[in-house]
Amino acid sequence: MIPSPFDYAAPTTVAQALDLLADAGDDVKVLAGGQSLIPVMKLRMADPTMVVDLGRISELTGVTDDGDSLLIGAMTPHHVIAKDLLIATYAPLLAQAAATVADPQVRHRGTLGGALVHADPAGDMPAPVLALDATLVVAGPHGERSIAAADFFQGYFTTAVQEGEILTHIRIPKYVGWGSHYEKFTRVAQQWSIVAVAAMVRVEGGAIAAARIGLTNMASTPLRARGVEAALAGCALEADAIATACAQAADGTEPASDLNGDAAYRRHLSQVLTKRAVLSAAGL
Amino acid sequence: MASSKTITVEVDDVSYTDDVEPRLLLVQYLRERLGKTGTLIGCDTTNCGACTVHLDGVSVKSCTMFAVQADGHQVTTIEGMATDGKLAPLQEAFHQCHALQCGFCTPGMIMQSASLLKENPHPSEAEIRDGLEGNLCRCTGYQNIVAAVKSVADGVEYGDSGVSASLEDAQNAGVS
Amino acid sequence: MTATAQVHSNEVGKARLRKEDAHLITGRSRYTDNMVLPGMLHLAMVRSPYAHAKITGIDVAAAKASPGVMAVLTGADVAAEQGSLPNAWPITPDQKAPAHPSIAVDEVAFAGEVVAVIIARSVAAARDAVELVDVNYEELPVVLDLEEAFTDTVLAHPSLGTNLSANWVFDSGEAGTGAPVEEALANAEVLIERTFYQQRLIPSFMEPRSTVVDPTSEQLTMWTSTQIPHILRLMLALTLGIPESKVRVVAPDVGGGFGGKLQVTPEEIITVLAARRMGKPCKYTETRSESLMAAHHGRAQVQRLKLSATREGIVTGFSVNLLADMGAYLGLVTSGVPILGAFMFNSIYKFPAYRFECNNLFTNKAWTDAYRGAGRPEATFAIERIMDELAVELGMDPLELREKNWIKHEEFPFTTVCGLEYDSGNYEAATAKAVELFDYAGLRAEQLRRRNSNDPVQLGIGISTFTEMCGLAPSRVLGSLAYGAGGWEHAQVRVLPTGNVEVVTGSSAHGQGHETAWSQLVADRLGVPFENVEVLHGDTQVSQRGLDTYGSRSLTVGGMAVLAAADKVIEKAKVVAAHLLEASEDDIEFSAGNFTVKGTDTSTSLGEIALATFAAHNLPDGFEPNLDSDATFDPVNFSFPHGTHLAAMEVDTETGQVRIRKYVCVDDIGVVVNPMIVEGQVHGGLAQGIAQALYEEAVYDDAGTLVTGSFVDYLVPSAPDLPHYITDRTQTPSTTNQLGAKGVGEAGTIASTPAIVNGVLDAIRHLGVRDIKMPCSPSRVWHALEVAKTTGGAQ
Repeated sequence: MIPSPFDYAAPTTVAQALDLLADAGDDVKVLAGGQSLIPVMKLRMADPTMVVDLGRISELTGVTDDGDSLLIGAMTPHHVIAKDLLIATYAPLLAQAAATVADPQVRHRGTLGGALVHADPAGDMPAPVLALDATLVVAGPHGERSIAAADFFQGYFTTAVQEGEILTHIRIPKYVGWGSHYEKFTRVAQQWSIVAVAAMVRVEGGAIAAARIGLTNMASTPLRARGVEAALAGCALEADAIATACAQAADGTEPASDLNGDAAYRRHLSQVLTKRAVLSAAGL
Repeated sequence: MASSKTITVEVDDVSYTDDVEPRLLLVQYLRERLGKTGTLIGCDTTNCGACTVHLDGVSVKSCTMFAVQADGHQVTTIEGMATDGKLAPLQEAFHQCHALQCGFCTPGMIMQSASLLKENPHPSEAEIRDGLEGNLCRCTGYQNIVAAVKSVADGVEYGDSGVSASLEDAQNAGVS
Repeated sequence: MTATAQVHSNEVGKARLRKEDAHLITGRSRYTDNMVLPGMLHLAMVRSPYAHAKITGIDVAAAKASPGVMAVLTGADVAAEQGSLPNAWPITPDQKAPAHPSIAVDEVAFAGEVVAVIIARSVAAARDAVELVDVNYEELPVVLDLEEAFTDTVLAHPSLGTNLSANWVFDSGEAGTGAPVEEALANAEVLIERTFYQQRLIPSFMEPRSTVVDPTSEQLTMWTSTQIPHILRLMLALTLGIPESKVRVVAPDVGGGFGGKLQVTPEEIITVLAARRMGKPCKYTETRSESLMAAHHGRAQVQRLKLSATREGIVTGFSVNLLADMGAYLGLVTSGVPILGAFMFNSIYKFPAYRFECNNLFTNKAWTDAYRGAGRPEATFAIERIMDELAVELGMDPLELREKNWIKHEEFPFTTVCGLEYDSGNYEAATAKAVELFDYAGLRAEQLRRRNSNDPVQLGIGISTFTEMCGLAPSRVLGSLAYGAGGWEHAQVRVLPTGNVEVVTGSSAHGQGHETAWSQLVADRLGVPFENVEVLHGDTQVSQRGLDTYGSRSLTVGGMAVLAAADKVIEKAKVVAAHLLEASEDDIEFSAGNFTVKGTDTSTSLGEIALATFAAHNLPDGFEPNLDSDATFDPVNFSFPHGTHLAAMEVDTETGQVRIRKYVCVDDIGVVVNPMIVEGQVHGGLAQGIAQALYEEAVYDDAGTLVTGSFVDYLVPSAPDLPHYITDRTQTPSTTNQLGAKGVGEAGTIASTPAIVNGVLDAIRHLGVRDIKMPCSPSRVWHALEVAKTTGGAQ
């Protein structure tokens, strides 16, 4: 298996990368960790004539404390996200999800930014980013813009990143006093999620004060389970009540049917997994 | 034809400088240009892990990386694991625990196991299994692979009796 | 067997570490794709995207002009020389089979069939040119479903006029081996009728198939990733009309086979054609996607079953009617795979009446052929699943039901309703041991607790008591079943002047550890150190005769040939010993590598005799100066390993997720040469059987395109998906070979699938679930539970 021929450039700054993209025409692909792009190129389902590799741009890697939020370089690999202390402290949901991506070798190469821009409906990073109300920082020929996670994922493998633009950073508000859990469901360990649920819960005075729920693979984009979030607000810390609230998880979803299950099964799974994720996030 | 690039890569402690097509995968570079055929190709989709090598000390699937991406980096393959003619502990353990049959997954398994133990020197059985989720084996059913990795984590020292000392069954070869 | 050899048996039974490992753990492997020859060219296949189509035109001009391309060959280009790929097992005289050209000429019958080959200076150049070949297809209707294929509404090969390749029947009433089954079914107190589905599986050996052919020199040499170098050599000669003596086939390191490399493949033939055409070495290595699509698949049966029994649980008759999917073509033993199962549906039981009928059907899917167990896993699944169904019907413990029907240990040798003579076995002992290791009573109690408390995670216990026929095979039996060859195996033992021993074996290992096990056998028999034995195999120029490795035959057939050859060496050496020691041959005793004059200290070693024989200065008159011996062993019977497997299965009724809580197997494989290797075979076998039950299935869409075309969708389990197996053994020596050994290579696969599925159903049958098709995926389990709920199915 070998891809079609292409030209290759490895810029060392974002500015250089943007210049290369501007010059490259339509048939260019941006290479981040490559763990999704390279297999697709090997199968010749993608045949770019130019590949711009972001792997040598050091400013795109790392996690920094930026006041009220964390700033994560788009090229930060999953295995770093999974173990980073700042993330563990302020956004553990992201770490929990990153630890479930594919397998260890892929987590060593694959990046948060790459996973977000790839926007596979079954990918594990979009739903947590959505649940965390992250902001995505995109650089382009006309400067930088910030996109709310809610506006970022636009469709099947489609995001708000336009031609000639690069996702550079992910800004995540610091969460203090929240519990979280990423509940992933697969048939075999290294599989893409059949359904997964990213849950964050803030407990106050024996009840759930607020909840944020992101769903993986329940539509062409990750979704927020707003109905569940509303139902959980003020919900007693009690399994049956939480289960009742989570029964709305499938509302408004449009899951696909495939070898791993039909839409009805996925809808059902979303309810069970949401309940389990919330119970775990709430420490029950 | 896309223009080739000049890369310098240190592989198993030897530095190589070569012109490569950008599309050349790292695994193809290792096998076809350097003759490092110990690293094997088992799939097209980053599932099987047979091609696992270390890049700057951490495991990666060399079929899912272009050789140009390795420019300036250090690669260790299965062929660089033994030092001074002495097998690495995992190599010895795979032999002792009968953790291989056809041997095709073995280089990748050993490289991933080494990376796993570096990140988690004392894994539980479940952690070992999880750590090998990206490596497929069709022969062993994994039990002896897990045992081999565990034995290295536990610091088991093997003698050279030529008889497996690690397996329950071997210790208890007599049957009713 | 000489009595003295037994006394010094300190190698057999020892967990010797493998001689094969050193190069494999250090990356000094010799898999075919590692090979490079001067001027070697590379092949890439152009494959049909359609499952059934007429080829109306191929334009190769652009591909030929592509940089690095040396030639492009289509089916038309090689039509005169490519012949038709062999089927060695015409199970009936009127078996129908289409011609099977390696490169399709006029028509393709499954998606993935080769329609052209690119020959280029690099793999990349060959791959690039594949895209440039323009093939015009005229699509034809496809037949994919077995039950539909049986109706002949749509034909996989219109020219055959039917999808039915062969109809094969065994009837115990007609054969005189039992009563007529119709009477038993008609008079049944209890009749269980079920249809089970054996899904299509893909062997998924880890090493993709690879072939290198060197046409230079006078002899054509092929290195290939095969289980069967000897059979392949013969078949290359027959298919291509090359003198067999001009073909050498080498199986270097081979990365697993599991039946999947028991084949003469189009790709091997094409590589020969290309190499001959170009006069240069050629290499073809498939991608995994190609492997999944075009290497032969396995299983794929519809099993329609009727089992009759008395109210007390005594089975009175069993009728099996199969639809077996051949896929698009007959491979080497495709048609015989169901027949290998025909004699095993009665398993360990004393059924008085039995009938087996099989309809071999063509479909527009990849060809099928042997996959680990070949016919016996299918049979074992059917009987073990339906025995559980009978137990449920009778309200009887499934173990008790099995015991009522199985052959008791004192009844061996036992001739079954199929006419096979089971030489030995002790089902009581294996089952008792398994039950104890499993804590059967404790788990049954927990099962009840969970049921009573409506636990979302229910517990089930799956049982599989199995036997299988292996050690393929007595040549006469194969002949009676119309197989095209025998089942013997060949070996040669040579004592070198230094006293080292070379063993040449016709079985061709690809992970099984023959070098180690055969060294143990010979070390024991000849009294030489284990380290001093070298085993040579897998090259027809080194090992001239052999029938290779499949069907759990290596030890019970090939190993016996090795022992027989070693015994001949001893007899030869004894003549020299008597001469050197100036004694009568009758007075020479052989023990632990030494020949001694009875009742004296006068002795000489095998090594000394080897050196004396080499020098040939002082040998008996007329003695040929060598200590080499050949032996060919043809077994008188199969061997019949058996065992009891117990699986505790947890089913999460909320998600349908299934987890193996505990797996215990106790296998009786007779005398064990190397317990470490045996354990490994059992573990790997279990993994594949479990994978059939829970994970794997080759799925096609309605157009006949393989949907599970990569390891993303064809779910080979990894380490976290499989449990820690608890294994043990009982030992009832086989009486049909001098070692008392039975085969083990397929046992785990054969036994485990029904144990798992029985366990899943046992966990949720009380909720109204009667059956779940394999693989028992979470979505299938959940849907089964939902259907049971809505139909109010609780029993």
